[in-house]
Amino acid sequence: MKRIFKALLFFIGLVLVWQALSFAHVWSPVLFPSPVSVGRYLWGAAGDGTLAGATVVTLKRLLLGYAAGLLIGLPLGLLTARFNVLNDTLGLLALGLQTLPSVCWVPLALLWFGQSETAMLFVVVMGTLWSVIIATDNGVRNISPIFVRAARTMGSRGFHTWLKVILPAALPFVVGGMKQGWAFAWRSLMAAEIYVTILSGFGLGSLLNDGRELNAMDQVIGIMLVLLFIGLIADKMLFSPWERLLRRRWGTAK
Amino acid sequence: MTLQTEFQNEVASKLSIQGVSKHFRSGGRDVHALDNVSLEVGDGEFVCLVGPSGCGKSTLLNIIAGLEHADGGQVQADGAPILQPGRDRMMMFQEPALFPWLDVLGNVLFGLRLKPSLSRAERLEVAKFYLRLVGLEKFQHAFIHELSGGMKQRVALARALAPNPRVLLMDEPFAALDALTREQLYGDLQDIWQKRKKTIIFVTHNVREAACLGDRVVLFSPHPGRIREQFKIDLPRPRDINSVELARYSTAITAALKNRTLLETKETE
Repeated sequence: MKRIFKALLFFIGLVLVWQALSFAHVWSPVLFPSPVSVGRYLWGAAGDGTLAGATVVTLKRLLLGYAAGLLIGLPLGLLTARFNVLNDTLGLLALGLQTLPSVCWVPLALLWFGQSETAMLFVVVMGTLWSVIIATDNGVRNISPIFVRAARTMGSRGFHTWLKVILPAALPFVVGGMKQGWAFAWRSLMAAEIYVTILSGFGLGSLLNDGRELNAMDQVIGIMLVLLFIGLIADKMLFSPWERLLRRRWGTAK
Repeated sequence: MTLQTEFQNEVASKLSIQGVSKHFRSGGRDVHALDNVSLEVGDGEFVCLVGPSGCGKSTLLNIIAGLEHADGGQVQADGAPILQPGRDRMMMFQEPALFPWLDVLGNVLFGLRLKPSLSRAERLEVAKFYLRLVGLEKFQHAFIHELSGGMKQRVALARALAPNPRVLLMDEPFAALDALTREQLYGDLQDIWQKRKKTIIFVTHNVREAACLGDRVVLFSPHPGRIREQFKIDLPRPRDINSVELARYSTAITAALKNRTLLETKETE
């Protein structure tokens, strides 16, 4: 409770400084809106449903693409760790593509799929997939071989060993990779949404871009705050429970 | 199989090691780990394998466990050749090798879950029985990192005993523990061995430890790994590692070990 209070105090302080700066009229209010006007925009956007609608569109794209990336990436990572042939081929490809900033997939996605949901999904999957593959592969390679030996003496074989020993042993690495994949997916989706307008749904990225086109700085900053808030919530909800579990069981802060 | 048979002492296995040889490559060089090693181990016997590093004693243990294969010769358990790991032969390692994603009870249950004949409740009862046996029933829900080194090895012992194996293979299980904890575990292990009647093969560097625990101490010499000499330890149990009688045995074994090492240095010079 005390920690929440401290965090709250800190953010209230930030807003107060912001308000004071806008009162002082150091910069033009067009470029530096006050927290009150940003709040007014957010209140209005929340009231008429644009904010909720855009958030749903964005989160749907993100979660769908992320889930697909995980579902494909995890087994592929296990396979590259298991078979040297796959590691020398697919593993190398994954390593190369992971270094590619995921925004770079946007032009290709647009040419292949047009201005469609599929293009958005593709960009998010590409953002997630490679780092999940690499993290899983890396995790499996880093587990102590003694776990597998111990399991084998207890009668564990083949698929059972993979499911009950190798995968949980690699979990600290896999969660790290999932987190990185999430970050890449989130960034690439925002880039795509700002970059292109897709008529099937206006996400937060399009709202942000609208703000720029309308020269509405309160909207730009308001949406940025929403994005920040979503990122924070996602981290706390999706990854913190895993990380707590790892800390509790492994006794490390991995 | 019922719970009743689960708690009964499984008949300990007779092991027969017949002319086992093993080569492997390490750092681009051929290592002759075992050279025509033969050894008979009686059912319920406690045998300690002692020798300097590189004498192949751990390799032999892995072959008996079925984790590695011999290049020549074979190992039989009660007349049947050993081809792969089996629950009749459980192994303990120098590291506890416990699974950090499971709690203490979950670790002991791991091997039991692979025994399809037992129900959930029965498995739980068996696991708790062995945790009591090693004195850790209060820690069943603790996580592995919360335990001391000695407690970890106790859990590993309970985990190895739980599937009720006929043979227990121990690869320097106490080497990483402090002296006090180790001495306590010598007592506990002898006690458990007498209660649960297993054939135990115990690999160690520590001559005193071997003399304290073993019915028989088998001395290995390295390059290539061969059995050099065997010592029968005729002392009543439980044995105290600090007793004078025990020191006499360990002095004799150490002398044999040194003798051999000296000879070898001369040969290579």
